[in-house]
Amino acid sequence: MSVHATARIVATPAGLPVLTGEGPLALRRTRATGAGARVTVVGAMSAPLSGDRLAIEADVRDGARLTVDAAAATVALPGRPGPVPAEPAHYDVRLTVGEGAELHWLPEQLISAYGSDLRMRTRVELAATARLVLRDEQILGRHGEGPGTLLTRLTVHRAGRPLLDQELAHGPGAAGGWDGGAVLCGYRAVGQLLLVGQEFEEKPVEPRLLGDTAVLTPLAGPGALVTAVAPDALRLRRVLDEVLRAHQTHGSVSAYR
Amino acid sequence: MNRAALLVLADGRFPAGGHAHSGGAEPAVRAGRIHDARSLAAFCRGRLHTTGLTAAALAAAAAGGLDPLELDEAADARTPSPALRATARKLGRQLMRAARATWPSGELDALAAARPRGAHQPVVLGLTARSAGLAPEDAAYCAGYETVSGPATAAVRLLSLDPFEATAVLARLAPELDRVAGRAAELAGRAAREGLDALPAASAPLLDITAEAHAGWPVRLFAS
Repeated sequence: MSVHATARIVATPAGLPVLTGEGPLALRRTRATGAGARVTVVGAMSAPLSGDRLAIEADVRDGARLTVDAAAATVALPGRPGPVPAEPAHYDVRLTVGEGAELHWLPEQLISAYGSDLRMRTRVELAATARLVLRDEQILGRHGEGPGTLLTRLTVHRAGRPLLDQELAHGPGAAGGWDGGAVLCGYRAVGQLLLVGQEFEEKPVEPRLLGDTAVLTPLAGPGALVTAVAPDALRLRRVLDEVLRAHQTHGSVSAYR
Repeated sequence: MNRAALLVLADGRFPAGGHAHSGGAEPAVRAGRIHDARSLAAFCRGRLHTTGLTAAALAAAAAGGLDPLELDEAADARTPSPALRATARKLGRQLMRAARATWPSGELDALAAARPRGAHQPVVLGLTARSAGLAPEDAAYCAGYETVSGPATAAVRLLSLDPFEATAVLARLAPELDRVAGRAAELAGRAAREGLDALPAASAPLLDITAEAHAGWPVRLFAS
């Protein structure tokens, strides 16, 4: 039997009026290292399986600050054995960040295990003065195995206008050429780190290479994006962390130049 | 309906400046990711299903009469690399000049006035197709084909690849181009009903990463 579960978080400047896990998505309030609240997703390890429909919604109201992280990586796994042909699993993330609010969305890696089939959709609605840090890391297969099928899409709107829209597909169910020289070419980890805030409007980052297979670029709108591929999860994290730390230490990656 | 116009628009000799661009093939050759006909085919296939699909849908949407300025904004959101945004706008500006001379229209004039430094090339391409009396799917074919013909032609120069082999790569991709163009036109139709988020946003990380490095090379054969 497939699982349908939605976890909900609402953050206000006063606290977390809504913090509701469901099914495999358990949420814990954890000790924040900076200002605002911190929530750790503790339970998504063994999900999603094929046919599952999981969702997380976080609503960071005006003036609130929230960090969401995870206790472990999420592993997309093949379906339960049975007479019914496996359906893809769906994982939806819906994030809303209000005026003067800030969200740090820092989950652990999403691992696409061999034989799995997952569609992940992340939608972010930012108010004009909202700030966002969002990390996305995809690992093609567990150690020593081939990848599953993973189709992801990240759509970010700011003040109702499109800011970033990125789809990525890899694995046996993806369209051809995903492992060729234009897309991933043998790299088994791919990720992005998105930074959004008004300060990027006045002072966009300069494009900057981070080694041979990663780059920090200014978006057309007020944001910066690291796009990275790497041989494995560890080396991908190292690249993203470098920029994340600079952003958190200096409050801006421009200081990092 | 004026299908022969599609031949004029898709002709590599159409004076829109595309020949100066390798579509990411030059840095891919340097990195060893393209080294023969087989790796060229994998590169082109990946590009077709990512930036090709995205560009084809933008072109189809513009050809179908969706607001070109909103499509230009959607193209920006789908292009995180500033080097690729600059290339797309430069190619858009060059195409606009050719288009206004060949199929003049008030819609082309209006877009040229609103984006004097150039709109994203697929948007201009779609509007050009519209001015030429072509259908959204024709525009999608043209945009999709350009995303593979550019690298294939460039590879002939960069690798001294046999031109027959490069053309065979393109010929073998034809059935997939059919599917991409059909899908792009379908999604453009959906965008007309549901809004521009229905347009695809398929991306190619290595193209985005290497485009920035390539833009900084002191000496290069191709502009992008």
